[in-house]
This record gives sequence, C-alpha cells and structure tokens, in this order.
Amino acid sequence: MDRMLYVAMSGAKQTMMAQAINTQNLANANTTGFRADLAAFRSMPVYGSGAPSRVYAMAERPGTDFKPGAIDQTGRPLDVAVNGPGWIAVQAPDGSEAYTRAGNLHISSTGQLLAGNDRPVLGDGGPIALPPSQKVEIGEDGTISVLPLGQPANTMAQVERIRLVDPPKGQLLKGNDGLMHLRGGGRAPASANVKLSIGSLETSNVNAVDSMVNMIELARQFEVQVKMMHLAQQNDQQTASLVQMA
Amino acid sequence: MNQALWIAKTGLEAQQTRMSVISNNLANVNTTGFKRGRAMFQDLLYQNVRQAGAQSSQSTQLPSGLSLGTGVRTVATEKIHTQGNLLQTGNSLDMAIQGRGFFQILQPDGSIAYSRNGEFQVDSQGQIVTSDGNVLQPGITVPQNTQSITIGSDGVVSALVAGNTAPTQIGTVQLAQFINPAGLQPVGNNLYVETAASGAPQTGNPGLNGLGTMVQGSLESSNVNVVSELVNMIETQRAYEMNSKAISTSDQMLRYVTTNL
Repeated sequence: MDRMLYVAMSGAKQTMMAQAINTQNLANANTTGFRADLAAFRSMPVYGSGAPSRVYAMAERPGTDFKPGAIDQTGRPLDVAVNGPGWIAVQAPDGSEAYTRAGNLHISSTGQLLAGNDRPVLGDGGPIALPPSQKVEIGEDGTISVLPLGQPANTMAQVERIRLVDPPKGQLLKGNDGLMHLRGGGRAPASANVKLSIGSLETSNVNAVDSMVNMIELARQFEVQVKMMHLAQQNDQQTASLVQMA
Repeated sequence: MNQALWIAKTGLEAQQTRMSVISNNLANVNTTGFKRGRAMFQDLLYQNVRQAGAQSSQSTQLPSGLSLGTGVRTVATEKIHTQGNLLQTGNSLDMAIQGRGFFQILQPDGSIAYSRNGEFQVDSQGQIVTSDGNVLQPGITVPQNTQSITIGSDGVVSALVAGNTAPTQIGTVQLAQFINPAGLQPVGNNLYVETAASGAPQTGNPGLNGLGTMVQGSLESSNVNVVSELVNMIETQRAYEMNSKAISTSDQMLRYVTTNL
C-alpha cells in the first residue's frame, strides 16, 4: 500500500489529539486555579529500506503553562489565591503530596481544611484539622489562626501553617488527578517567599483568544492531512485505471 | 469518536450550571436572609495516552508523555455564608442575626430546619411563626392583650401586657450553629437542613459560644452582590460561546473527513 496514506493519517490523528488538549483548556476557562496544558508535535522518522521519506507525527503534552491567572476578589475569608509563584500543598488521592492553586478552601464536618478540589490541605505536620471556631483567619504566609467557640476576641490562637512550596517549574508535572506532582515523587521544601492573598481566588490562566486561534489552526491542519489522504486515494485510483486491462 | 467533542460538551454543561447558579442569585437579590451560591469547577481526570518517562528504546526515555484531559465538572455549588446588610424595618417581630447562627424552624413533619430569615409573625394562637406558618423553636407564645414585644440582643423576648407596668419575660430565641455552614443543604423557602457535611447543630443563646447577637426591628438582606454576579454572567456566557465554537469546529473536522474520503 501507499505509505503516504498512513503518514497523513498519523498527522490527522495526532492533530485531533492536540485539538482535545486545546478543548480541555477551553472547557476549563472558568475553573479556579486551572493551569493550561500545552500541546506540541514531534516528528518520528521511520527508517527502513529505500529512501528515508516516512516521518510520522506524535502529539505530546510537553508541559503546563505556569502563567499566573487573574486575581478575583471574592471577600470570603477562606478563599486564598497564591500571589506570584508558588503552590498550596494538598494530599493527593493516593496519599502522596501534590500541589494546587485552587484556593477556595472549606472546612469539613470533622474540622478538616479542604482545598477546592476536596483534597485535604497539608500543613507542616500533615493534613490540617481546625478546632470548632467562630472565626478562622489565614495570614499572608499561610498561618492559620482561629478564635475558638465562645472565647473572647483576645484568645485568637495560631493553630497551623499551610505548607506553601515553590519548586523549580521544570520539576512539576501535572498528574492524572489534575494536581501538580514532583517529577520524581517526594515533597518539595516549604518556601517562605510564597505569598497568599486572602479573600480572593485565582482564575484559570487559559487565554481564550490563544485557544480559539489555536483551535482554528489545528482544524485547518487537520483538513490539510485529510486532503493528503484524499490525494493518496486519487493517486491509487489513477494507478488502478492506468494499469487496468482494457 | 472525536474526543474534543465530548470535552467541549462538559464545558457547555459546566457553564450552564454556573449560569443557573448566577440566575438564582440574581433572582434572590431581594430575598431576606438569602446566601449567594457559587459553582465550583474542577478539571476531570486525565487519560494517559503515553506515559512520560517510559522507555522509548533500551537507552532512551520519552521526555514527556501525552495525557488528554476529559473536560470539566461541577464539583460543588456552595453557599457563601457571609453577613448580609441589616435593614431597619421597625417591625418588632423582625429579627436579624449579626454573626454566626441560624433560627430553628419546626417543620410540619416534626424535623427542624434552619434559616437566616428573621421575618416572624404571630399566628392565631399567639405563637411566633414564619411567614409560612411554621413555628420558631423553642416555641414562644405571645400573651393576649400584648402591647409591645421587646427582643434583647441575647434573644430574651419580653412582652408588655395591657394593665401591667413591667414587661414579663416570655421566652428566649435560641440559635443553632454548625462547624461547616456551607455543608447545609438548602431546601428552598429560605430554609436549610442538616447534612453529614455540616455536622450536628450546637444550640445556644445569642451572643454566647460564638453565636451572633440578635437585632430586633431589622432584617438581614441577601448577600448577593449584583455587580459581581453580572460580571460572572458575562464571563460565563463567553466561555459558553467558546465551548460551543469548539463543538462546531470538531464537527467541521469530522464533516471534512466524510465529504473528502
């Protein structure tokens, strides 16, 4: 069979996957703290007998866009946005430490502090649990102080500190749970330079215009591949009609 | 089939949910004691098509993999329990809670529901009831020929009965609080019911144990901020349009295949 057809098909298929990554970004244009995924193609040459003319395409998600999103003021005391670089440490479903920027925190019925994606927020000593309190305040550096139920205002006590980290971006990899993990596993050291801004949330960093243009480009690219498949079909038809026994 | 199509569909659904939450907030901008809702989103699980770090040959590794997300989902529509403004009404049975806590309202089925709406009235038996006729708990009965009712900031209700010179204490309005008020389930009629997420209610007198104080003659207005809801609405509408554009683009890609091959 003509190899051109297969090369064009691999291009079309991988373009479709890149389109899926792009659509995923658009679907999460309103997800708090979402970081956009990047899509890229790599050429995969296949060598064999004859001229090295076959180069397949391979779509990849080489990384995540770490641009900060916009800060949206909500006024809710448990909404925190990471101001500048840095991450909030949470416990991933498998028990390991993962990082997120979704700072819409809430308190569970057992007093556990949960991040927006319902993952327990980690402090210096594991998941943070808060005593029953009438007021919870979070400081710029992640320090949590509470006013216990029925106590006067001067008994505000510091209970925990949210673990804020800022590992080098190259070490971070988005896992299948949508949280950031360290490439080699393990925990990143806490960083004193990460600042929270209280009463605000960070919006998704998806650039809608970029994604729309990207979507059009990928759609056209896809059409080119399909056109090539169409040409391969025409070539075959021409060959067949030429060599047909009259 | 084309994955992008389904991912964009989850985006449309999420924006639609957000739009309903925003419309509900806007519709209740004048509802006493209403707490605004907020739709929270989360990206859906990623499918690993090619694992990063896998061996691409015996001596080389794939530097990055291919994982495709599967869209977005609404993880919660949480209520934001911030304090609303206090509106002076002058009506002696209007109460507003300043701070934490909920009024306890006896439901017709015998259960207790919780509310921040302090518009109370007196029924034919003299009981203090909500506008729906459900009794405020613990029950307080206003005696006949009462001339005026005073409610203190600690919830103590006293009535001045005609012929008497001093008011008599007829009961105390108690409030309930929860460790996680956002976990309460809204059931309509300005009422919430207890859930496993909210924790058990802790009742007490206003002003004690962190409960808010009672303000007589005032009502707590809705905490909906119209400007921020309208901005959210614009954002939601544009995100909806972009996702529907993604669907039509995926559709065009597929149509191009069927017409050209």
